[in-house]
Amino acid sequence: MDYSQFLYMHEELSLLVVILLLFLADLLFCKDSRRGGVYNTPLPVVLLGVMTIFNALPIAEISFEALGGMYHHTPMDTIVKTTLNIGTLVTFLMAHKWLARPENLVKQGEFYIVTLFTLLGMYLMIGSGHFLMFFIGLELASLPMAALVCFDKYRYESAEAAAKYILLALFSSALLLYGVSLIYAATGTLYFDQIGLANTPSWLMLCGLSLFLGGMGFKISLVPFHLWTADTYEGAPTVVTGYLSVVSKGSAAFVLLLVLAKAFTIGGIKVDWQIALFWVIIASITLANLFAIRQSNLKRFMAYSAISQAGYLVLGVMGGTEPAADGTAQGMTAMVFYLLVYLAANMGAFAVINVVEQNSGKLGIKDYNGLYQTNPRLAFLMTLCLFSLAGIPPFAGFFSKFFIFMAAFNAGFKVLVFIALVNTIISLYYYLLIVKAMYISESDQPIASFRSDGYTRAALAICIAGVLLLGVAGWVYNYLTEVGVQSL
Amino acid sequence: MDYQYTLLILCLPIVSFLILGLLGKWLSHRAAGLIGTLSIGTVAVLSYYTAATYFTARGADGSFATLVPFNVEWLPFYVGDLHFDMGIMLDPISVMMLIVISTVSLMVHIYSFGYMHGERGFQRYYAFLSLFTMSMLGLVVATNIFQMYMFWELVGVCSYLLIGFYFTEKPAIAASKKAFIVTRFADLGFLVGILVFGYYTGSFSFDFAQTFQYAEGALHGVAPDTAKAIAAGGFILPTALFLMFIGGAGKSAMFPLHIWLPDAMEGPTPVSALIHAATMVVAGVFQVARMFPLWIQYAPETLHYVAWIGAFTAFYAAAVACAQSDIKRVLAFSTISQIAFMMVALGVCMPGHDGAVIDNHGSLGYMASMYHLFTHAMFKATLFLCAGCIIHAVHSNEMSAMGGMRKYMPVTHITFLIATLAISGIPPFSGFFSKDEILSASFAYSPVMGWVMTGIAAMTAFYMFRLYFGIFWGTENKALHEELRAHGHFGEAPLVMTVPLVLLTLFTVFMGWTLPGTFGSYVSASGLPYEIHLDAQIAITSVVIACASIALATWIYARSSQPVAERMKAALPRLHEWAYRRFYLDEVYQFVTHRIIFAFISKPIAWFDRHIVDGVLNGLASGTNYIGESVRPLQSGRLQQYAYVFLMGVVVLFFIMII
Repeated sequence: MDYSQFLYMHEELSLLVVILLLFLADLLFCKDSRRGGVYNTPLPVVLLGVMTIFNALPIAEISFEALGGMYHHTPMDTIVKTTLNIGTLVTFLMAHKWLARPENLVKQGEFYIVTLFTLLGMYLMIGSGHFLMFFIGLELASLPMAALVCFDKYRYESAEAAAKYILLALFSSALLLYGVSLIYAATGTLYFDQIGLANTPSWLMLCGLSLFLGGMGFKISLVPFHLWTADTYEGAPTVVTGYLSVVSKGSAAFVLLLVLAKAFTIGGIKVDWQIALFWVIIASITLANLFAIRQSNLKRFMAYSAISQAGYLVLGVMGGTEPAADGTAQGMTAMVFYLLVYLAANMGAFAVINVVEQNSGKLGIKDYNGLYQTNPRLAFLMTLCLFSLAGIPPFAGFFSKFFIFMAAFNAGFKVLVFIALVNTIISLYYYLLIVKAMYISESDQPIASFRSDGYTRAALAICIAGVLLLGVAGWVYNYLTEVGVQSL
Repeated sequence: MDYQYTLLILCLPIVSFLILGLLGKWLSHRAAGLIGTLSIGTVAVLSYYTAATYFTARGADGSFATLVPFNVEWLPFYVGDLHFDMGIMLDPISVMMLIVISTVSLMVHIYSFGYMHGERGFQRYYAFLSLFTMSMLGLVVATNIFQMYMFWELVGVCSYLLIGFYFTEKPAIAASKKAFIVTRFADLGFLVGILVFGYYTGSFSFDFAQTFQYAEGALHGVAPDTAKAIAAGGFILPTALFLMFIGGAGKSAMFPLHIWLPDAMEGPTPVSALIHAATMVVAGVFQVARMFPLWIQYAPETLHYVAWIGAFTAFYAAAVACAQSDIKRVLAFSTISQIAFMMVALGVCMPGHDGAVIDNHGSLGYMASMYHLFTHAMFKATLFLCAGCIIHAVHSNEMSAMGGMRKYMPVTHITFLIATLAISGIPPFSGFFSKDEILSASFAYSPVMGWVMTGIAAMTAFYMFRLYFGIFWGTENKALHEELRAHGHFGEAPLVMTVPLVLLTLFTVFMGWTLPGTFGSYVSASGLPYEIHLDAQIAITSVVIACASIALATWIYARSSQPVAERMKAALPRLHEWAYRRFYLDEVYQFVTHRIIFAFISKPIAWFDRHIVDGVLNGLASGTNYIGESVRPLQSGRLQQYAYVFLMGVVVLFFIMII
């Protein structure tokens, strides 16, 4: 066997190196666990940042496969991995203050390492060319995630959330695995490209596909596989909720697109999953919107907002598995762009929620009444993020919604786009509820004025830069279009 | 490529806007003013340097090349090859506008030190000035119509912000809203025009050679869509151009969209000088000039409508100006009238006869219009800044508070007089030369137009001298002046205000006859140099008529008692009242908007909105609540149920796919 093939996987390997370095640091330099040792330094952030830059800068402009087709790589993968890295980086920045609490000092190292392992799992999912590889990645991304969700294990809600998450994750994994076995039964192979060649719409195949979609729907939290979302998001530590809602969800959506494109696009089966996704998207966007309006806890609210955003994200899948009429990968490009913008806006919102929680312990929407009076800058940043999530021009969210609607429209899903548009208006209502609470509603006991720490400020700066600049800087989308063409 | 540094011309003001806007709270007035002024000063130096290098590099045939030192594709349009670019284009008119804008803007920046001294929101004022300067510069150097539109809206926003600068005063707020709504309404036409234009010609670019090629190719079945090209050549292009002109008419205050400009005088006077006299309001003229090759090639007849609209506006505004008593309003109406002169000049252009569609004789008006734009910017800015000095002194806009001011404000008096002579068309001041070219072009088009414009020029001289005598001679308001003197500050404005006046006046004095070559050798329709030679007949006629008007104004208004004016007012009370009330046009608008649009359109819509739409939405909301309540059990927190729903979901998906 030619071991040099492993060099193709340098992105995964470098992440592994980062994990090992952190592990060694934890082992050797963190004797004095009271003070947190090296983890009170920016070491994890710096390492991850260096690794991100190291991987992102020389984007290989070719697609290749290694290890006998188990591992695939396209330029777009690098972009998505970089996006996930940035999301993780922001998570680390947000987490710093939380991890510096006395009860977390002991386990600081675990947080970083476990988070990076889930990231590695997502890398493997993105790079996989074979269902087994994909499944390993999926599990690697799910199991440590449960550990993250119950990071505050002595807090009842955190433990409950983790229990719900792990049980349902196992359930969905089992169903997905069963679906994969049915697909194997129908086609006799687990390689994506060979499935693509062999598949014909048979009952067996469709049964496998629907189980597979269910499993992915769980990861992306699409209706009706979303029921764990609100409970888990509410119970998990806020930092982890942010990570779950952006990085985990985004990677799963992109993987869904890749697998559908590689394995289920040729042959008549494309129409079938398009119909299934059609209803799933409508249900996700609409139902999540209906639920979001009624929430009083901000994290639960963000959970439903995230479900509806996931619906928009998956819109990109509808037109994204094949080149569009003009030869560009419009769906894929729009989806990656949406992910990037969603990352900035949602992470920004979570950074604000997190810093408010760390300083005041409050999470209710009512608690935010009068935030503008006491913390005007935070309120303003939160407003920018919410505007972007709602898709108000000139913030990035408008452009990302526009591109993803256009991609779906060009792929012929006009009704779907119309329904999504109507839902955008509804979503505007509930996002503005938060803005109203912060600016207009008055409160007897507003959240006291506080100064946020430097790490949170850095996280917010990254997110706000994304919210303000991604839409206006047209070259970003153009660049993604170019990469998309090379990645088809 | 050369001229890369022109990017700085756009970047510096935006940087100073950001600094002043974000950090203004922590800056002292002096520091804020200096930052703004220094950045505009640098821009002015760069603009002059650009002009010097650009206008000394003639091509072999004596024309100037059109350069695009910077251009990026900003957003794709997904209709054909359409894309939205941002860039910088240098050609004679854009370089000329760089000079105009940076000069006037710099003068206004300096002048405002004195005029706005101690005002609340001083930093905000300078921030908006910087933003405006950037937007206006971006508008003139645009490489395509869409970029122009973007900056066009930006200058509209700046104008809105600056008119409403004194946002605690009701009239200022009303005026800012009026300006914004009227121009925005007109801009709708512009936008539709742009989209129609882009759709049919396949390009937004100002590189019309490409557009022509596209049209030609399409006609012969080469390019994408023959039907589109035929339609474009027939009626689409004239329609699109006229729609764009509606946008221009809104910005440039052509009748009947002029109503916002007189009210816009509620803003600080230096702002009126910069935005509502010299730069933004000529954007409409500039736009027509920019699209001129298309106008003259595809829509010469439509172009002549523009001329007649301009002529009527010029006459109307001149008539109103004769009866106003607020000095800034008089200047505002005179601005409308003068801009209309420029529009007329563009409108009377005719296609050339042999060979080239654009030649310097048929399209003399193009040069005349740009020339007048240039000279007008300078002398009208002077007039406004003078008016600012006077208002600063007497704390009132009304002529009744003035009179006899020449004794107290000598510098203001002389500069105002020179600018007034220039606008009246008296040689050797710059206005004479440019106005003479406009009259020549009008006579070449039709004698009727020529005589109409000559008559309006005479009215210009009359009302401007009425204003001049009303301020500096005439009946002095002694009581008020004594009282003001008792409080101190009465007399000539400080140096920081008078120096810009003198500098701008220098332009007016020397611009007409000291340029190496004449204006036409730099800016002309065909690009080839055109030597301006005065038509003795027209020149003498117009000067004689102007002198007669001035004599008439002197006879009526110069003395300290004005029996003639009183008798005229008494003899024609109706006419005076009508002119004073601007022929009741604002009332007509009020009537149309309130009595017709509000009553017959808005009210029913409001009713529909309140009862039907809101009813449906309320129903929807309560329905949503109801559904939310009834699906709530779904989110029970019970894990077994979650798994059950999950499984059912998979089954449903399976059946959806099977079917």
